Amino acid sequence: MTLLNILVEGTLIGGFYALFACGLSLMFGVMKVINLAHGDMAVVAGYVAVFLAPKWHVAEIWSFLIVVPLFAILGYVVQRTLLQKSIDRDPFTTLLVTFGLSVIIENLLLAVYSANGQSVNIGSLVSKSFQLNSSTYVSYVALTVLGVAVLVLGALQVFLSRTNTGRVIRAVSDDREAAQLCGANYKHLFGIAAAISFATVALAGISYGMMTEFVPTSGGANLLFAFEAVVIGGIGSLWGTLVGGIALGIAQQWGAHINPAYQILFGNFLFLIVLAIRPQGLFGRKEAMA
Amino acid sequence: MSDTLTPTSSLLKIQRSTFSPFFSLGGVVAISIFFTLAPWMLAASWVSILSNFFILVIMATMWNLLAGYAGMISIGQQGFVGMGAYATLYFALKGMNPFVAIPFAALACGVIAIPITFLLLRLRGGYFSVATWVVADSAMLLVLSVAYLGGGTGKYMPGLLTLPSTQLNHDVYLATWIGAFVVLLGTYLLLRSRVGLLLSSMRDNEVAARSAGAKVTSTRRMIYVVVAIGCGVAGGVLSVSQPFVQPGNEFQLQFAAEMLFATMIGGLGTIEGPILGSIIFFALQQSLQNWGVWYLVIFGSLAVAISIWQPEGLWGAIRNRFHVELLPVGYRVKEPRA
Repeated sequence: MTLLNILVEGTLIGGFYALFACGLSLMFGVMKVINLAHGDMAVVAGYVAVFLAPKWHVAEIWSFLIVVPLFAILGYVVQRTLLQKSIDRDPFTTLLVTFGLSVIIENLLLAVYSANGQSVNIGSLVSKSFQLNSSTYVSYVALTVLGVAVLVLGALQVFLSRTNTGRVIRAVSDDREAAQLCGANYKHLFGIAAAISFATVALAGISYGMMTEFVPTSGGANLLFAFEAVVIGGIGSLWGTLVGGIALGIAQQWGAHINPAYQILFGNFLFLIVLAIRPQGLFGRKEAMA
Repeated sequence: MSDTLTPTSSLLKIQRSTFSPFFSLGGVVAISIFFTLAPWMLAASWVSILSNFFILVIMATMWNLLAGYAGMISIGQQGFVGMGAYATLYFALKGMNPFVAIPFAALACGVIAIPITFLLLRLRGGYFSVATWVVADSAMLLVLSVAYLGGGTGKYMPGLLTLPSTQLNHDVYLATWIGAFVVLLGTYLLLRSRVGLLLSSMRDNEVAARSAGAKVTSTRRMIYVVVAIGCGVAGGVLSVSQPFVQPGNEFQLQFAAEMLFATMIGGLGTIEGPILGSIIFFALQQSLQNWGVWYLVIFGSLAVAISIWQPEGLWGAIRNRFHVELLPVGYRVKEPRA
């Protein structure tokens, strides 16, 4: 039953990719910014959970309760200062600035915490799993992360379509000038979108730390997977991101099944094939492409 | 080096260079002679620093051509550096002299780049950037799975161990210097040609350039291939200067960071900028060499600050303040002195 194995493993890891990717997708959808430091923010959240949370007398397993709000504030502040300044210049500058931030963060973490692997300590829970059939096990942690991903995506969907702030955010992302004429303060709304993005990526970073070890340079690879999930699913579609993440996860597991060295390669190939034959992604609209 | 055109019905003069062309040409010849003779004049440690410096100059110049002139921000050029290194290794394993193999390896990179452009050039902005990264990542993973090229552990470049070490150092130095010279000269001539004019028109207003008949996509494609060849040269000389060829070494993302930062600090869209940026990079790296990775933190912060507050870079600031151009590619209008 290797097929079942591939599908289950792929779906579980795909949920994590979607959780990682939704903030990236939101920031791109709202302010046309691809935050190249997105993956590194997740790693920073992991380090905060491992090194700082215990100092504030918070168990690592509950660290997300303080790290997530902290990152929301951080996101708002970074957006209103550094990112807004570069958006005001041009999209070119935004890419350079976020890539610069990514390299700075990685090397700061290397300098302060060394290249040793870290993980978020959740006790014996990390190895608990239940059995589907003779060869397929489902880890509780990975299943929880998938559940959290679905919850977060659902909550984001409700926020964007039902609440007043959500509607104004969508209005700004559709036509910034018209929304401004109607009284929307787009800089504040950009800040809120960044706050949500940073909060979700903090959650993703801590989940990652619970599932596996991370090092200062883990951010780059995860950014690639998140970006691939967004593009495969289609820009501007939150549920598309979930499907894209799961498709990416299954492709990777399929590659790993053929040869462990092909795991990431198969994911990359799926991404490149989608780009070649359907650049707007599975659920994307063509006009959403930048 | 200068073309002086005098309009018939005006007192205005249009010229290329700020200095007398003999002065510029003489400067270039003097610097070239100095760098060619450097291994006999400088200490060995300086020679190896200069080798690494020239590799960065090649990469930064190429990145600048791609981003500063053709408007494509790539964070995947390390892919072509790696391919250049591995193509050199492949030719050397087939029995070719590694130094002779470098130009062939660079051309191979250009050939590989052609099909890639058909995928990448459909994308714009951030999409393009991340997709270049995916391509570089895939190239590394593909090389990693080829046992003949050493797989994940790497392989020693054949044909270099038999050389005496001083001769090897000299040869490596000359390879990096000649590589940098050829890449700089090629970039300079390219930007002075019709293509340079096309690129500036695309950079200033793509829609207007298109409607005036500029073949935007094919020009971009040509530049992408040229840059792939240049990065292939960087990879080739890298593989002889650090002859243990290893995927993690040749394809490292840090190259993308270094070429980007050096160009941003020196001045995006100027020929002199990447050279100035590379000098600053090596000055910082040498003065902070006991401080681990902090030089990259400082260098990166400098690059971020400059791209927000001084997007023309240091050379742009110098040029605007003093009105000088060492390697002019455009024309300037000069008013007659009263």
